Amino acid sequence: MADTTAPTPLIDMRNISIAFGGIRAVDDASIVLFPGEVVALLGHNGAGKSTLIKILSGAYKRDAGQIFVDGEEASISNPRDAKKYGIETIYQTLALADNVDAAANLFLGRELMTGWRTLDDGAMEAEARKVMGRLNPRFQRFKEPVIKLSGGQRQSVAIARAILFNARILIMDEPTAALGPQETAQVGELVMQLKADGIGIFLISHDIHDVFELADRVCVMKNGQVVGTARTSDVTQDEVLGMIILGKCPPGAIPGPGALKIAA
Amino acid sequence: MTDTASNPPAARTAEDRARESELSTVGRFLKATELDIRMLGMVGALLVIWFGIHILSGGLFLTPRNLWNLSVQTSSVAIMATGMVLVIVMRNIDLSVGSVEGVIGMVMGVAQAEFLIRVMGFQLGSPWIWIIALAAGVALGLMIGALQGFIIAYLEVPAFIVTLGGLLIWRGMAWLMTSGRTVAPLDATFQLMGGGPRGSIGATASWIVGALACVAVAFMLLNGRSQRKRFKFPLRPVWAEIFLGVVACAAILGAVRIANSYPWPVGIVRRYAQQNGITIPEGGLFIAHGIAIPVLMAVTVGIVMTFITRRTRFGRYVFAIGGNPEAAELAGINTRWVTMKVFMIMGVLAAISAAIASARLNASTNALGTLDELLVIAAAVIGGTSLAGGSGTVLGAMLGALLMQSLQSGMVLLGIDSPLQSVVVGAVLVVAVWLDTVYRKRV
Repeated sequence: MADTTAPTPLIDMRNISIAFGGIRAVDDASIVLFPGEVVALLGHNGAGKSTLIKILSGAYKRDAGQIFVDGEEASISNPRDAKKYGIETIYQTLALADNVDAAANLFLGRELMTGWRTLDDGAMEAEARKVMGRLNPRFQRFKEPVIKLSGGQRQSVAIARAILFNARILIMDEPTAALGPQETAQVGELVMQLKADGIGIFLISHDIHDVFELADRVCVMKNGQVVGTARTSDVTQDEVLGMIILGKCPPGAIPGPGALKIAA
Repeated sequence: MTDTASNPPAARTAEDRARESELSTVGRFLKATELDIRMLGMVGALLVIWFGIHILSGGLFLTPRNLWNLSVQTSSVAIMATGMVLVIVMRNIDLSVGSVEGVIGMVMGVAQAEFLIRVMGFQLGSPWIWIIALAAGVALGLMIGALQGFIIAYLEVPAFIVTLGGLLIWRGMAWLMTSGRTVAPLDATFQLMGGGPRGSIGATASWIVGALACVAVAFMLLNGRSQRKRFKFPLRPVWAEIFLGVVACAAILGAVRIANSYPWPVGIVRRYAQQNGITIPEGGLFIAHGIAIPVLMAVTVGIVMTFITRRTRFGRYVFAIGGNPEAAELAGINTRWVTMKVFMIMGVLAAISAAIASARLNASTNALGTLDELLVIAAAVIGGTSLAGGSGTVLGAMLGALLMQSLQSGMVLLGIDSPLQSVVVGAVLVVAVWLDTVYRKRV
């Protein structure tokens, strides 16, 4: 961030560390995200991507490091804090309450209330119909618990929940893991649409092919450390694979603390 | 995706219509009325038991007197079952409710029969006595629930262990309060909560309550309809709405009529006539019981608990946590505090049940509510509450309590020995849950 003419990053995570019982799941990781930018966070299973992102979404509390939102230090210690900053997350597990219907899931924790301080189910269902109509026009099963829905329908509920509240930062953890090719393409379109709206998006994946087309930049993690970041236009998929597997930073990338040190 | 774009709305509705016409008459009826099949099954099972015992006992079961008694006997377990639904929906269990009921009954008994009169100097019969005793009991229930809930939610000790400990601790405390001595008699006003001729509201008031309930039913149906119109959701057909309203009102007024056909016993009528200077006419004086106060309390608790589970944020969170605790946490719900509140509600309900049970007995004994925890859990589970968490209804649990009590008092009427009664109740519990499991797999 030496370039002072650059816009303020939407998210600036600096020197984040977290350990679980002696294992450093994330070790001194830094990452930035600009408005309208899609950053893919890549790495093997267990590389620390999901953990790093769960710190941002408030699910885990970091041991060290700082998070800046719009250039100002943010205190995020639980999911509610994160949502206050407009950070919405679509978890790999979807994190849906399986026994209640789509509208109840969309508004979970942020229910619409009537003047009598009771749940306004009608208003919530109406809103749900609106947002689901945008994502998945064929979806009609508003009265059924989400456990009865198909994988793709459940995914659209999870996505709808994230975009319903005017998110400014969207985190998608393996967004297409449960989807068929059609639905994957749909998610891709949605990502481009949200990006055009100026929303910053983190895409997390262990499969580079899923995200290379969508992402503006990639950030590769290995063993809890950042190997390096690169613009997708500056590197090839093979070079990124080298970063993921070997931790070898190609010339087009900015190396991080986790980059393989080659004896010079 | 291409599917999505190329499927015009007209084709979809035609498809839906085709699917609808495949439904049988019964299916169409259920769809139009939006009735829950499981609930209908429970009502069906209840009616089978009622008519079965009625026939086997030679016409003793379905009498105003027996049904009235049944309603009073069910109240205490039904009230606790409504709270147990929330506890079990959140994937917890409360084994301590019987013992909590016992210790609270003891505290309320000692308060009204001894402490308030001897130590605080209240006059016998002062209206403050029952109010203070009841308030103390409810407060104690809240505190016991808060303590157990705190240990479960914040110290992360499993609910099974905490309430198993509670089962022993509170029963022991109930004994220690008076070293096992029974406390009696209780305050005259307090006793009204136990039912009996005095503890019933009489014929006129019962009809008024019934009429108000019918108005409420009509209002709820109309309100539901206007809410759906407001958001342009599909409406129930008018005939289905009218059918539901008529059935509900008929059930309410039928229950009132039964309560009003059970007269006071002759001896009590004679005393009442003497006290009020009424001459008893030829053929006796008919004074109806009407709805019993404990039944009114149970119905009120049922309505309040249904409201809490269906219409409040708290209720929504209880179900969401039961469905997926991690998801609820990630949605920003304070799951620990919700857990603690559920146990606090359970404690308050145990206190209300304790008031009814001890008032009915006109005594506080340290054995009050023994084994009630099992009846309460059984009622909730028979009523369709899943032990895996996430599903259950207050109405189902209350019907479950009524079903268990019907079986028990029916078997008493049939002269079945109490060991055999236990065998039957146990078997019914297992079979009911098995049927429910089969049902869940098929739907």
